[in-house]
Amino acid sequence: MPFESVVELRAALDAGRTCALELAEAALARAEAARGLGAFLRLRPEGARAEAAESDARRARGERLSPLDGVPLAIKDNLIQEGEPCGCASRILEGFVAPYQGTPVARLLAAGAVILGRTNMDEFAMGSSTENSARGPTRNPWDAERVPGGSSGGSAAAVAVGIVPGALGSDTGGSIRQPASLSGVVGLKPTYGRVSRYGLVAFASSLDQVGPLARSALDCALLLEAIAGHDPADSTSLPDPVPRYRDALSGDVRGLRIGLPREFFEERSAADPAVLACVREALGELERAGAELRAVGLPHAQHAIATYYLIATAEASSNLARYDGVRFGRRAAAASLGEMYRRTRSQGFGPEVKRRILLGTYVLSAGYYDAYYRKAMKIRTLLRRDFEAAFADCDVLASPTSPEVAFRIGEKSKDPLRMYLSDIYTVSANLAGVPAISLPCGFAHALPVGLQLLGRPLDEATLLRAADAYQRRTDWHLRRPGAAP
Amino acid sequence: MSAAPIRDVHPRYEVVIGLEVHVHLCTESKLFSPAPVRYGDAPNHDVHPVDLGLPGVLPVLNRRAVELAVRAALATHCTVHPRSVFARKNYFYPDLPKGYQISQYEEPLATGGWLDVELPGGGAEARSARVGLTRIHIEEDAGKSIHDAAIAGREGSHVDLNRAGVPLLEIVSEPDLRSPEEAGAYLRALRQVLRYTGASDADMEKGQLRCDANVSLRPPGSTRLGTRTELKNLNSFRFVEEALRAEIARQSAILDAGGSVQQATMHYDAARGTTRVMRLKENADDYRYFPDPDLIPLELGADAIEAVRRALPELPERRRARFERELGLSAYDARILTESRALADFFEAAVARAGGAAHAKRVANWIARDVLQALGERGVEIDATRLEPAALAALIRLVDAGTATAASARPLVAELIERGGDPAELIRERGLETVSDAAVLERAADAAIAAHPEVAAQVRGGEEKGLNFLMGQVMKQTKGKANPRQVREILARRLRGA
Repeated sequence: MPFESVVELRAALDAGRTCALELAEAALARAEAARGLGAFLRLRPEGARAEAAESDARRARGERLSPLDGVPLAIKDNLIQEGEPCGCASRILEGFVAPYQGTPVARLLAAGAVILGRTNMDEFAMGSSTENSARGPTRNPWDAERVPGGSSGGSAAAVAVGIVPGALGSDTGGSIRQPASLSGVVGLKPTYGRVSRYGLVAFASSLDQVGPLARSALDCALLLEAIAGHDPADSTSLPDPVPRYRDALSGDVRGLRIGLPREFFEERSAADPAVLACVREALGELERAGAELRAVGLPHAQHAIATYYLIATAEASSNLARYDGVRFGRRAAAASLGEMYRRTRSQGFGPEVKRRILLGTYVLSAGYYDAYYRKAMKIRTLLRRDFEAAFADCDVLASPTSPEVAFRIGEKSKDPLRMYLSDIYTVSANLAGVPAISLPCGFAHALPVGLQLLGRPLDEATLLRAADAYQRRTDWHLRRPGAAP
Repeated sequence: MSAAPIRDVHPRYEVVIGLEVHVHLCTESKLFSPAPVRYGDAPNHDVHPVDLGLPGVLPVLNRRAVELAVRAALATHCTVHPRSVFARKNYFYPDLPKGYQISQYEEPLATGGWLDVELPGGGAEARSARVGLTRIHIEEDAGKSIHDAAIAGREGSHVDLNRAGVPLLEIVSEPDLRSPEEAGAYLRALRQVLRYTGASDADMEKGQLRCDANVSLRPPGSTRLGTRTELKNLNSFRFVEEALRAEIARQSAILDAGGSVQQATMHYDAARGTTRVMRLKENADDYRYFPDPDLIPLELGADAIEAVRRALPELPERRRARFERELGLSAYDARILTESRALADFFEAAVARAGGAAHAKRVANWIARDVLQALGERGVEIDATRLEPAALAALIRLVDAGTATAASARPLVAELIERGGDPAELIRERGLETVSDAAVLERAADAAIAAHPEVAAQVRGGEEKGLNFLMGQVMKQTKGKANPRQVREILARRLRGA
């Protein structure tokens, strides 16, 4: 039963047409069949079967079940699951098995989900194509010669090709939304602090957020409900209660004020005109459904990419210092401590991770801190104010998710700056801490295009309502990649 | 800041010293993890994934550590800031699991305090100086690297992370200290305040109090600071003073020879009694401090700070003054009895049980003389014994009432310290009641007179000294239990017919 949604699978379970164990077996078989896609780094047949059997036992006992109970899902390789390897697609974590439970996974398991396996990603979530994986790239289900986007490319591909109806990813500058866009699925980056980061391997702590990828807004709502909420183990976690997001999906967007940031739509915009055309058409659809479109300004958004790459790399240079070969993971043989550090990190990290550690170390160095890090933090504050001002007149903001459709494998790997520009529309939401969703809104050059909607802090409900209303009127999200490789 | 007169330890140079002190805050668990804080456990026993710096873990601030830190800051007259920020200090070392230490940097918990320190020596004129405190901040301790096979039990280097994440307070003084002895006195005063407030046990032997010292020399009268060196990891009071003396000697020899001191981190070799350069400061460390994005700024409302201030115990200085003023103690006794909060509490409780302020001096005498001696012999603190304030008060009352003599009661103090108990019962059990039976005392007096006829003759001639001697003889015969007033009367009657 590929391509069935979380809601459909749950209905089949409730009707007794299948059982969780059968769903798990079928998903494992699909994953095996799609090995060439490179979506998974590790399947956990034993664990998934055990979790499925428990779900069936709960159902047999007549327990109250959450909407995810018995549903197979995938998680990105940077999420900690106790007793499982966690590698972040990096050589440096070879051999590391997590001895503790992370909060997002704990909440999925508490909701009865079956965790099928761990998905491929750019090493330590640094990249926009899933090519920076020590285990090789993931391929785009719509065109195997192209990237699925990144860094949560494995999760996006696994959902797009119908192995699982949903998956968790992480988003630091667009790592859920951009691959969702390029792979033709829905991806939601929640408000900073909405989902606990305890058990998410840090890339840039002030920007990282765990979120769902699925094929419908409704499925995203169900996944978010399961993982969101306050966690005392994460000091940056927000205390606000979690609404039942599914209840917000009324299909009604009448009167919804959608702001279009001029900076993202103007003539000299970075976006492919074919992509922009799709996005405009999608906004027209929402307008026909009763939403109001209006132009807004985000004057500091033009500095977002520069600001993002200063803050993210600074934090990363510090977050990745713990991979030193002393306590876990890979340790290179060496005669002295200094040599051990050098060799372990030289051999363990890939080139993009090294590039960002070097950049971040430089940004924080004495004499440069004020010019780079402190200034970036100031611009971040200004950008946050831009959003506050925009949200005074609008309920959501809209833009393309990515300036272009999926690019060819290898096309940008020699040009990191071009690669960084893939995030041009997505990084602002991370810098401002606001929620944002990407949803399929058509095709350009026969490849999926994503519409991005950004919301007020903690207003995921409105994003999901708008996305759901759009999906009730369109069928882009129901299209399936023709030829799975 | 110090306007007090300064004692030059060195005739040609003025010594300028500032101390950076690290103390463990007295918490049950670590600063950012639920792992327990314990001393002497097996290596790597008291660790949580957070202390190991595992991928994906996050720190959560221990509120108790904050409260203790605020107590220490208020007790040293610092301004506690309504907002302070935790920052990462980045460097690589095997005993630093995350590759950074969580500390405070640009926005510390507290700044601008002071501590009044009684300066040592000086004979009759006791002097005190006000030592400025630059800042106090909260940070986490690192683990321990062990390179000694004898300790690790194996060859090679080993890491013990039990200490990693233990809450520390860093207390930085102004360069207001002018001699190694002043530095020692400052450290002792600081330790006393930290213990009074309950912020830290500050036990140097357990590594709960560590000290780095910055020291420089300058011509007397100069206001510019000379080039300083930093002495690292001075882990006993004695070492602090010894290391400073050695470093002052080294610097003055360099200056005497016309050389100049190089800024450096120094190591004190206790066996040789010398300091040597560990590394020069020219290639200054760059710790790439930045605010820790895993933690939100620490915000303390004025109410919360005031609540901690109100709950502060009476601090040693104020308590000393009160003991002198209200209880009529000498400055000397007041200082001795306020040495620790536990001792001062014990003293006050005993005075209350003994009948109030009128008895304070007698209680003070008993504690200063008998109790402290017995504690010293046993190497214990008052609160670690079985001696109750009520028992000491009862013992003093029994002596005052003549039930037992001071001489026979005194040895009971040690017994009460070790085993506790009721003094009246002990006196009864041991048969230490004062002997007042006139017949017994007269027999003993006659025996003493008979044994020392020449002394008896002197007393008859009017010499007081002889009378005391004979009294001593009677006390000896009665094992100290004779009622002294009665014995004196009997002797006087026998010898002078009075």
